[in-house]
Amino acid sequence: MAWTKKLLRVDLTAGTCTEEALNMDWANDYLGQRGLATRYLVEEVAPTVDPLGPDNKLIMATGPLTGTNASTGGRYSVICKSPLTNAVACSNSGGFFGAEMKMAGWDMVIFEGKAASPVYLHITDGTATLQSADDMWGKSVWEADKILRTKVQDPQTRIAMVGRSAEQGCLYGAVVNDLHRAAGRSGVGTVMASKNLKAVAIRGTLGLNTIKDPKRFQETVKAGKAVLAENAVTGEGLPTYGTQVLMNVINEVGALPTRNMREVQFEGASKVSGEAMHEPRKSDGKPNLTTNGACFSCTIACGRISTIDRTHFSVKDKPEYWINSGGLEYEAAWALGPDTGVDDIDALTYANFLCNEDGMDPISFGSTVAAAMELYEKGAITDSHTGGMELRFGSAEALCWAAEKVAKGEGFGKDLGLGAQRLCEKYGHPELSMTVKGQEFPAYDPRGIQGMGLAYATSNRGACHLRAYTVSSEILGVPEKTDPLVSEGKAGLVKAFQDATAAVDSSGLCVFTTFAWTLDDIAPQIDSACEGNWSPDKMLEVGERIWNLERDFNVKAGIDGSMDSLPKRLLTEGANSGPAKDRVNELDKMLPEYYQLRGWTGSGEVTSDIRQKFNLPS
Amino acid sequence: MFGCFCWTLLLDAFVGIKMQITLKLYATLSDLLPSGAKDNRINIDVAEDVTLNQIIDRYKVPRELAHLVLINGVFVCETDRDQPGPLKNGDVLAIWPPVAGG
Repeated sequence: MAWTKKLLRVDLTAGTCTEEALNMDWANDYLGQRGLATRYLVEEVAPTVDPLGPDNKLIMATGPLTGTNASTGGRYSVICKSPLTNAVACSNSGGFFGAEMKMAGWDMVIFEGKAASPVYLHITDGTATLQSADDMWGKSVWEADKILRTKVQDPQTRIAMVGRSAEQGCLYGAVVNDLHRAAGRSGVGTVMASKNLKAVAIRGTLGLNTIKDPKRFQETVKAGKAVLAENAVTGEGLPTYGTQVLMNVINEVGALPTRNMREVQFEGASKVSGEAMHEPRKSDGKPNLTTNGACFSCTIACGRISTIDRTHFSVKDKPEYWINSGGLEYEAAWALGPDTGVDDIDALTYANFLCNEDGMDPISFGSTVAAAMELYEKGAITDSHTGGMELRFGSAEALCWAAEKVAKGEGFGKDLGLGAQRLCEKYGHPELSMTVKGQEFPAYDPRGIQGMGLAYATSNRGACHLRAYTVSSEILGVPEKTDPLVSEGKAGLVKAFQDATAAVDSSGLCVFTTFAWTLDDIAPQIDSACEGNWSPDKMLEVGERIWNLERDFNVKAGIDGSMDSLPKRLLTEGANSGPAKDRVNELDKMLPEYYQLRGWTGSGEVTSDIRQKFNLPS
Repeated sequence: MFGCFCWTLLLDAFVGIKMQITLKLYATLSDLLPSGAKDNRINIDVAEDVTLNQIIDRYKVPRELAHLVLINGVFVCETDRDQPGPLKNGDVLAIWPPVAGG
C-alpha cells in the first residue's frame, strides 16, 4: 500500500486538527487524489452548498504513487465545489508540495468551516497547527512566501498558498505551490481564501515505507522510465520545447482560437511559440527560455523557466521581475496571446508571472480579457469603465494592465475577476462568453477539432482540455490518428479519454505520461505499490466510476444535461479560415451517442442501473 | 550546407521547376531548414509530380521523425507520402517530429 491510510481534518471554525483513518473501502473503489477526494466531498458536502460559504469543503489530496520514485509521482489535487461553475472542482498540480504531504504521513487534508481571521496550516510530519496569517494577508504569493519562510525556518518546507486575487474574490483564483506551480482551474484558490486560509506549509521527513512489493515496484518503475526516455515526445519533445511546441501546430491545423474565438488562426502565433522562446532577443542576446524544469520525481521535465527582457515596458522599472521564474506553457500562452490578439512574448511572460505571483488561472484570466476586449470593441465596455485604458485586441499594454488590476483586485480588475460569463452578462452580451458551465475554454477550437467540442460540453468541471484530451488522437496521432474534422466516432473516443484520465488523475502521476504510457504501463506500478489487484481493466472501471460520481454531484447541484452545450458562436458561425473553414462543431451529432455509451438517460442523468453497477452513493 | 544547396539545384534542373511551395520545419527539425529560412519557413521549388517523401529526403528529415506532415493544415498519413503530385503551386507543407502538450 502506498497510501499512508491517514487523513488530516482541519476544522477552521473550531481551530482544530484531527487525524482520521483513510476509508480504505473507498480507496479500493476510487484509488486516491481526484477520485477518492471527490468521494469524500460527495459524502460530506451538499451539492447545493454555497461554494464560498463555510459549509463547502476544500480537500488537498495525493494519489498512492505521490511521493514515490515512479516518474512524475509528485501530483496532488485540490477538490471542492467551484465558485466559477457551481460544479465539482478538481484542479491538479505538480511541483513538490504533494510529495511533501505524503512524506509527512498524510494522504489528504480536508479543510472545513471558516477561520475567524487569516490563518495558515503548518504541518511537520504528524504535528499540525493553525497559526495566524494576519501579516501575510494582502500580500502576493511571492511576498507571503518570504514572510512564511522566516517563520518556519526550514528551507525544505513546501508551501501552497493563495494570492491577493483570490482574497479579493476573483472567481478563478488558483492555489499556487512552490511559487510557480498551480492547481489552477475552477477557482479552488478562491474557495481556500473564502475560508481565511492563506497557506499550507508542510515539512515531511517520514519517507514512504508502505510500498506493497518494493522489489517489483522498482522493476515496474524502471521499465516505465525507460518507456518515457525512449519515446520521442516524453524523451525529447517535451523537455526541449515544452507544451508550447503546440502553438504552431494548432495554428497550422486551423484550431487556434483567436480574438475571443472569432477566428481560428493567429497571424502572430510564431512570435509567441515554443520555437520563439528559444530565439535570442535583441537587447541582451538571451532567449526567453532559460532552461527546462522538472517536478518531483519527473523524468520528462517539460516545465519552462524564463526571463522577461529587462528593457520591456512591463518591467523596465521593476527589477523584482528580472528573475528566472515559471515561463509560458501552451494553454497560458494561448489565452494571454492569440485569444487577446497580443503577439508580444515578453508581455505574455509578464502577465504569466503575475498569474503565478497572485494566483490567477491564466486560461480563465486571458479568456476573460479577450471577452472584455470584444465588449470594448462593441462599445459595451468604455474608457469610463476602465479608467481610460483602451482594451483593444492586440494591446500588450492592456494585457499587462489587466493582469496587474486582477492580481490586486483593483478597479476594473474586480469585473475581470468575475470570469467571462459573469462579465459578459453584466455588460449585456452573454453570447460573447466563450465558456461551458461558466468556465473559460482552453486553446483548441472545437470547429477544427470536433471531438474537443464534445469533451468541452460534457466536462464535469466546465470547459477543459484535461478531462478528455482528444487532441492527442485527432491532431497528434497518439495513440492513433483520427480525423479532427469528423464527428463520427468521437463519442467513444471522448468517453475513453475521460475514463482513463480520471484514473490517472487519481494515481499521483502526471497525465503527460500518457503520451508514452498506456494503462498497461501504469497499472503494474500501482499494483506493485498498492493492495487491490490493480489491472488496466480495474483502472478503467475506477475511472468510469469517478466520472459518474462527479456527474451525479453536478446534476444534483443543478448542472444537468441542458448545460452540456457550447457557445452559439461555435455551433453557428463557421471557422473563418484553415482546414475547418465554414465548419461548425457538430455537437448535436455526438451528444446523444455519448449519453448512450455512458448508459445515461436521454437528458444526461445517471440511471439507477449505472448507480448500482458502480456502487455510487444515493 | 553548400553541397546540399548544389545538390538541390541539380535535382531541380533534372526534374524541371514547375511550381513553388512553402516548406515549414518545426521543433527539433528546425535546424534542417536551409539558410535563408525565416520563422521556420522557406519557399522552395518542386516538380509537379514530386512526392512528399522526396521532399522529406531532400531536406534530410529522418522519415521516422516526419510524424506530423500537413498540407495546408491537413494531415497526410504515412502510406500516402509516396504518392506523386499531392502539392499544387502555393501550398504549404509543414512537418513536425512527434510532439505533444496540453
